[in-house]
Formats: sequence, C-alpha cells, structure tokens
Amino acid sequence: MNVHEYQAKQIFAKYGVPVPKGYIATTVEEAVENAKKLGGKVWVVKAQIHAGGRGLGGGVKVATSLEKVEEFAKEIIGMTLVTHQTGPEGKLVQKVYIEEGADIADELYLGVVLDRAKEMPVIMASTEGGMAIEDVAAATPEKIIKVAVDPTIGFQGFHGRELAFGLGLPKEQVGKFIKFAAALYRVYMENDAEMIEINPLVKTGSGDFIALDGKMGFDDSALGRHKDIEEMRDLTEEDADEREASEYGLSYIALDGEIGCMVNGAGLAMGTMDTINYMGGTPANFLDVGGQANAQTVAKGFEIILKNPNVKAIFVNIFGGIVRCDRIANGILEATKLVDVHVPVVVRLDGTNAPEAAEILKNAGIKNVIAATDLGDGAKKAVAAAKGEL
Amino acid sequence: MSILVNKDTKVIVQGFTGKEGTFHAEQCLAYGTKIVGGVTPNKGGQEHLGQPVFNTVKDAVSSTGATVSMIFVPPAFVGDAVMEAADAGIELAVIITEGAPVKDMMFAKMYATKKGMNTIGPNCPGIITAEECKIGIMPGAVFKKGNVGLISKSGTLTYEGANQVCSEGFGITTAVGIGGDPIIGLSYKQLLPLFEADPETEAIVMIGEIGGDLEIQAAAYIKENITKPVVAFIAGQTAPAGKRMGHAGAIISGSAGTAAEKMAALEAAGVAVVQSPADIGKKVAEVLAKK
Repeated sequence: MNVHEYQAKQIFAKYGVPVPKGYIATTVEEAVENAKKLGGKVWVVKAQIHAGGRGLGGGVKVATSLEKVEEFAKEIIGMTLVTHQTGPEGKLVQKVYIEEGADIADELYLGVVLDRAKEMPVIMASTEGGMAIEDVAAATPEKIIKVAVDPTIGFQGFHGRELAFGLGLPKEQVGKFIKFAAALYRVYMENDAEMIEINPLVKTGSGDFIALDGKMGFDDSALGRHKDIEEMRDLTEEDADEREASEYGLSYIALDGEIGCMVNGAGLAMGTMDTINYMGGTPANFLDVGGQANAQTVAKGFEIILKNPNVKAIFVNIFGGIVRCDRIANGILEATKLVDVHVPVVVRLDGTNAPEAAEILKNAGIKNVIAATDLGDGAKKAVAAAKGEL
Repeated sequence: MSILVNKDTKVIVQGFTGKEGTFHAEQCLAYGTKIVGGVTPNKGGQEHLGQPVFNTVKDAVSSTGATVSMIFVPPAFVGDAVMEAADAGIELAVIITEGAPVKDMMFAKMYATKKGMNTIGPNCPGIITAEECKIGIMPGAVFKKGNVGLISKSGTLTYEGANQVCSEGFGITTAVGIGGDPIIGLSYKQLLPLFEADPETEAIVMIGEIGGDLEIQAAAYIKENITKPVVAFIAGQTAPAGKRMGHAGAIISGSAGTAAEKMAALEAAGVAVVQSPADIGKKVAEVLAKK
C-alpha cells in the first residue's frame, strides 16, 4: 500500500525527521486558509496523487502571494495530472498540500529499501537530488552511496558516517545528517515500510536538512499491525475493478487483449498469459483466484472479466493443489446462473479432485463451455474461440 | 536418491491442528510422509491424526527425533514459529503460510542461518521427493518417480512442470517450490548443486518469474558449475510494467528483473529456455534424448 506525500510527512514528523510545515486541502478556500495559517511570503501548492514526476506535469507550483495560492489551487484541484508514473490516462487530483516555502541551498536524495540479495534494509543517498534515481543509477551509478544495515544491530554511527562522508558533507553538517538518516531508518523498520524515498532532501541556507518530498510504500502483509497506516489508504487511488476483486480474495489486473483469464496462482496466471501470447492471442487480464477459491469467488471472477467489453473468450486454467477443482467446477455452474456468460469459456481443470470436476461439468452440459486437456490445448482453443473459429 | 528429504525423513507440523494444517497433514500422511507429530500451543498431550501434539517444538523434537518441520501457522506468527524451529534444532523448515510480513522473515531467516537451519518458502507449495515424502500442499499424484529435478518460484507452475515431465514418460526425483516472496529460504543457487550431486537426477527444470534477480544469479552459477542439462521457463513475458511509485528495488539488484533479461542470461549460460510452460515437457524429452 502506498500513501500520499502529506501522509508520509506526517509519519516522518512523528519520528523527528524534519519536514516543512504544511496543511492538506480539498477546496480552493481551504487552500487559501492554509496558506494564511502558515504565514510567510512563499507557499508551495502540491497535487497529492500516488505518482512521481508531479512537478514536471504541472502539479507543483510555487506561490508568492495569497492570490497566487488561490489561482494555483483552482488550477490543480480537479486537474488530471499525467506523469511518467501515471500512465497516459493520468490521475485526477482531489487534494492539494499547502506547504511553507523552503530555503534551498542544495538538493540531495535519500531512500530506504529492502536489498533482496543481502536480505536487509539498505539506505541509499546521492548528491543528485531532484533527479529520478533510476536515471542517476543508469548514468552515474558511482553517485549513489548504498549502506546496508543489519537489523539485528540496527542503525549505528558508522552507517551514518559512511553516508555523510560519502556525500562529501562539511564537518559541521555530518552530525545533523546522521541524525536525519537514523530517524528515517526507524521510520522504515517500525512501520514495516517497503520503501521510502525523499527526493529531494534539501539542505537549507543555514545548513539544516529537511524532507521536501516524501514517498512511502508499505508491506501489505504487515498492515494488520499498523491500523494507523491502514487508515491512510486512499481507495480513489486504486483501480475500482482491482479493488473489488481483492475484496473477494482475487488478484486482478486489466490488460488490453481479448482473452479473459482465470487461473490459480500468480505464476501459472502469468504463464497462461504468456502461452496465449505465444499461440497468437492476446490476454485481456491477469486474474489469480488464489488458494481459497470457491463457487462465489469464481462467479465474481467471471463478473469482473465480463465487464471488459473487449473479452471475446475466457480461459479457465486451474491446476489444483490447495484449490480443489470440484469447487471451481461448481463455481462455473454458479457463475452461469448469476452472470450472463455470453462468450465461449475454455476450461482446463487438473490436479486435486479433477475427475470429480470433469464429471460436474459434463453432467451440467452448459453451452459455451469447451473442455481442454492441458495448458497448450486450452490456450490453443481459447485463441481459436476468440477468433470465432470454435 | 533425492535431495533434502526422503522416505525416512521424520516431519512435524507446526500449526498441526488448524484447518489447513489438518487437511494437508492428512494428505501428506496418505502419501507416505513420516509425520511423527505436531505442535499447537495449549494442545500438548492431545492426539491428532493418530500423532502426538506438543506445546513446543523442543518437546516435539526430543520425543520424536524429527528433523524437518512443515509450518502452517497464521502469517503473523510465522517469524516466531521459524525461530522456534531453529532454536529446537530442526534442520529444515518448510514454510507454507502465505502473507508473512517481510520484516519477520528477515529476522527469522537470519536466526535460522545462525542456527544452521535451512528454510524453504514462505508462501510456497513445499518440497516433494516423488513416491517417498511430500512436505507441502502439492497434489501428490502428479509427481511420478523419475530422473528430473525441479525448482520453481510458483506453486501451480511446479505442478504444471511436473505434470508435463511425467506425461512425457519421465518422472521427478525431488521438486522444490521455493516461493516468490522478497525474502525466501533455499533458492536456485543453493538447490542446483544438490541436484548436480544427486546421482539419480539427470536433468533439471527451473521455473522462474519476473522480479528480483535470483534467476540471473542462477544463470551465472549454472554456467560455471552445472553439467546436467537445465530447462527453464520464466513467467511474466506479457506482464505489464507495474505502475509503482518508484523503482528503487531494481536499482539495488542492478537488474530490472524482466523476463527477457532473465531468459537471455539463462540462454547465455547454456540453458534450454522455453517461451511457454506448455513446452517444458517436450523440451525435457529433447535434452534427455541428446545425452
């Protein structure tokens, strides 16, 4: 799960990571009120969406008067912001964060992420703040300092010194930076974060460090023990169909092809998409029914797949381990009663209770259902069915 | 022969009396696995599926001499369960549970390593030595005894791959589902040498996925150390690039983790890479015929 910049900064502040003062607004009036509350002469109006590159897309504006705050808030609230991370359809901006202006002397980058190979968190720092870190990694990888922290000893002074001296900070700033990085490490560990990025991390004219931006992603499996973070979930940032699917234990991602897929297991689901592609067809979605699939979830799966008008055939590919094939077969029967399944459905059921499942489907004799013997056969039939050749 | 587990392996089940633990322990017993007991706190002294239940793994190990634990406890307790197994002297923990917090696994794996305990999973189908010992949730009937070793991140692709190998008239020595979580136990690189050393294994099937760089590491290892033929499939060639907030993870590994990149690395290491999992069986037949 991801959160907005203003929410990440609320979490930072709790741990003593310095952030500029700011208030969130959903209306233009609120935005102006917030600017008045902050005082000063410079404000930043920032679109709150779950994507990077907001500044380049016109979603971040510096205002030097309350009139300008009003003008920018009007412009940004309700706009569809397109950035390199939103996809071409962009994202609707519903909230703006009004923040006090910062005195920027230098821009750095600081992030914490899991190093899968080392199996511990790694802190990354770079002097190239304000640039996309992917670009820095590609062009000048030597400008990224990586320090892995063994969680059994936690963040120590030497970790901080490696980062601070690596960045070439003058000695009066080393201590301040170490304190900043130590606090950020605590944010990461204590909240079960998946990743944190501060880009840019600003060095002010007076030599202080402040998080000008903030991005946080969390380990979904650990949200159960962080109710406060779970409450920060913004459902409007998530795809409606994907969300509906997840409520039924289904994992769904829409694609732009013609063959709907219903599969158990993420690996087999991807393998099924790959096979459809290999046989000359195009997958319309990724759908993993998970290990707890039953008649109701399968029916829901059909409903979600069939909402997509591009779907010309459905390929149900189940290799039952935990999932019992007879349950899936019953789900298909159930689905045909609840949903108008108007396209051919190719069904391949193998593994636990497969003979029982075949029997159930045979006895039901539903039109539109085509039995397949294995993965290759099923994919071939689904491709043919989508072309109207079956 | 086989790797890691065989017909004599003594297994306990952590989370023995729960719904999932019960269902799958029953299936494992029916397959012939020597399940010698289980652990459910507060239920010590009871009997379940004809086997003794213990309050702690230490009790279970000292009474039964078990060396392997199959773990079904709920996600929030997985870290604790793995560390308890390591502390009790278990040699291999097979973690089936899905949804364990990454941080918990990070600490649990460090402790397991310190105690010399191997782990498989979490979020995996387990390990099976065909017709001898099934420790996990895979449909046992699919795995006929034979001469092919199998390693897979994905559970259902493990079954798919094994099914095809068997339909071609071959069989499986041992199949290991390693799981696809950010932190996992034994991986390709640790399992490949075991199959290389196993006299009965004549070919290896390796099934990977997009994300991470374990397959890239495996490719480098295969090039230098593996003499037996390897057939590989990488799932996710058609998966869309994720709309993530950042790609910091990819920077660490120095690899984007795409299917194309992994397939190219494996091909360069002399591995027979197939584009669809539907071709795994045929490809195995082909490489074995060449031997």
